[in-house]
Amino acid sequence: MKEIMMGNEAVARGAWEGGLHVATAYPGTPSSEILESLSHYPEIYSEWCTNEKVALEVATGVSFAGGRALVAMKHVGLNVAADPLFSLSYIGATGGIVIVTCDDPSMHSSQNEQDNRHYAISAKIPLLEPSDSEEARIFTKLALKMSEDFDTPVLLRLTTRISHTRSVVNLGEREAVPVKGYKKDFKKRVILPVNARKLHSKVEERTKKLKEFANNFEWNRIEEESSKVGIVTDSISYQYVKEVFPEASVLKLSMPWPFPDKLVRRFASSVDRLLCIEENDPFIESQIRQLSIPVVGKDKVPMVLELNPTRVAKSFGKEFGYPVSVDIKDLPPRPPALCPGCPHTGFFYIASKLKLIVTGDIGCYTLGALPPLNAIDTCVEMGASIGNAYGIQLALTKLGDENLKKKVVAVIGDSTFFHSGITGLINTYYNHGFGTVVILDNYSTAMTGHQGHPGVGKTLMGTPGRKVELTSLIKGIGIQNVYTVNAYDLDKIKEALKREIERDDLSVVIIRSPCALIEDFEKKPYYHVDENKCTSCSLCLKLGCPAISMGDNYAIIDKYLCTGCSLCSQVCPFEAIVQKEEK
Amino acid sequence: MKIVSIVVCGVGGQGILTASDIVAKIALRGGYDVKKSEVHGMSQRGGSVISAIRYGDKVYSPLVTEGMADYILSFEKLEALRNLPRLKNHGVVISNDYKVNPASVLSGELEYPEDIEERIINAGVELELIPGIELAHKTGNIKTVNTILLGALAKRLSFQKENWIRAIYERVPKETHNSNKKAFELGYNFKGED
Repeated sequence: MKEIMMGNEAVARGAWEGGLHVATAYPGTPSSEILESLSHYPEIYSEWCTNEKVALEVATGVSFAGGRALVAMKHVGLNVAADPLFSLSYIGATGGIVIVTCDDPSMHSSQNEQDNRHYAISAKIPLLEPSDSEEARIFTKLALKMSEDFDTPVLLRLTTRISHTRSVVNLGEREAVPVKGYKKDFKKRVILPVNARKLHSKVEERTKKLKEFANNFEWNRIEEESSKVGIVTDSISYQYVKEVFPEASVLKLSMPWPFPDKLVRRFASSVDRLLCIEENDPFIESQIRQLSIPVVGKDKVPMVLELNPTRVAKSFGKEFGYPVSVDIKDLPPRPPALCPGCPHTGFFYIASKLKLIVTGDIGCYTLGALPPLNAIDTCVEMGASIGNAYGIQLALTKLGDENLKKKVVAVIGDSTFFHSGITGLINTYYNHGFGTVVILDNYSTAMTGHQGHPGVGKTLMGTPGRKVELTSLIKGIGIQNVYTVNAYDLDKIKEALKREIERDDLSVVIIRSPCALIEDFEKKPYYHVDENKCTSCSLCLKLGCPAISMGDNYAIIDKYLCTGCSLCSQVCPFEAIVQKEEK
Repeated sequence: MKIVSIVVCGVGGQGILTASDIVAKIALRGGYDVKKSEVHGMSQRGGSVISAIRYGDKVYSPLVTEGMADYILSFEKLEALRNLPRLKNHGVVISNDYKVNPASVLSGELEYPEDIEERIINAGVELELIPGIELAHKTGNIKTVNTILLGALAKRLSFQKENWIRAIYERVPKETHNSNKKAFELGYNFKGED
């Protein structure tokens, strides 16, 4: 049977067909739908973990006991999980274990475009790269088996355009694979130096065997056309190559690591000119160069941002498509923004007014950095805000600038706090740091699609989970000053912040209300502008609410967008913004 | 069969992914190879959103870039113009006659272009402007704008009307089936003012 599936859904399907037992992940675009899809297969237990490291550790335990496991994450998530990954490479796999990384070339929803193919080299594990949903299904299944056959974790790499492209998939049946059971194995699973030294030799032997496998792997495929030009490619780039250069011979590498050297040599010798077309880093190209084979690659193909048919064609000066002639350079851009009624807006409005130095974090609330709020100074990675704020304070202490030091506030979302913010907070507390940490608690991992987390208490499979209460958790650390404020009460937010930044101690302010896009959010009657009272002072526009715009003589609120959150009426000095009775 | 490429675009939250899902499903049921690209995550928060559907005997690239699209179906006028470079020089733009101001326009910093229709027509392509909201009011369900636009696209493609309606029914709540059917017909039969 045929179905149209997103790459991520196809990974889930392939895992199910391959007899998967357990799946774990922390949500992150573009990977989140893998676990969401897996949660619909009753034979598989799947869960959201607090972060990617924990997810891989849980999966490793499953493998220890002979179960098949899959862990999914976005590219930067693998940095978090890198520590267990490198150990796991030595330990190998009892039950098959697949790590799915979803890279994000062009950074559609990410802070960098790191190329996770490099992890395969440095962790010394095999890499599989599907180029559409059907391959995603097949390769996931293959990866589970390969993992057990070669006693290794397998890295399955998708990119945004594989994860989020829907294409046709042929559905297969589930293979019944029993859990093997647990058997103690000191030499394999305790990587004390005495064992690890031996295990490293085994890893190098394994790489040799995998190289032979890759040289003969049926999905590392030569598609013979003209012998004038041969193109080596992988992943989504394969699709662009076929679109733009139908006349060229192609070597499609579905398993580019360990590098299939013999196959590449054979292909290179069969064509007059060899090109390598791949996204981001010259991963394959470097390997070809190491074989001393002349190749044209990154000297033509851009390293920065994702490829597409036009970019591939232009790289080689080829005409492509039937373009119209139109100039659109002057169009106003439409960057993403906080939603109407977003519970984060109020904090950022006050932070901006108080001219705080705000170290930010990863989530919807990073959008508070954009105009008109301009309220975030830094954004580095998951959990960074708290350590960053503390570090700025340390430097300002050295400088002796006590006034500026007080203005430093860390802001972090609820899910990010559980992911990796809490370790930073414990560090600040332990080292006698002070300052204010703001947790924007919207009961959700909102940016990635409203997944649950420990503070929400709902599990991925829909059963009630145990809820970790933020206030008692933080008080449990020993922090005395923990306050909760309603996200829509500007006066209270201002009062709490002014009070806490002056305090000569560490404090946490939880600003709380459900995300405006989830069920728990209560939409209220909309607000409108009294034309006679409005002076067009534009103060309400400073909230950056997409429902408010400036008309010719007064502000206008779009009643279809307005959620009745009341922030604009609190901001208006002329009482010109009033609530309508009916919804 | 040659590949048909359709760009569906608009502003995050307008239901672009659902609409493009429906088109992809119909193409699959028509027996074609189909690919559909979409973007999730940050851009869905009120930013420009684009999804592309391609179908035919064998589809490679899921992305539709410069000069590749046969049709642009836009839920918002500015986004129709923004994506115009993706259109083939003999392609067709079907756009909702509707404005959503970007943040830079709301704040008065930049202006919403007033010459969108003119610029599209001057590019030498066909423009069909659909008064989506006005037509949706006629169905008694303001949320049927997307179905109206799908109707306008459907009349230019080769799939059976019944297949469209079936696919739409699968994606909308049961109590809205009647208004959605009405909306599809309004879009399908829309003739403009000439």
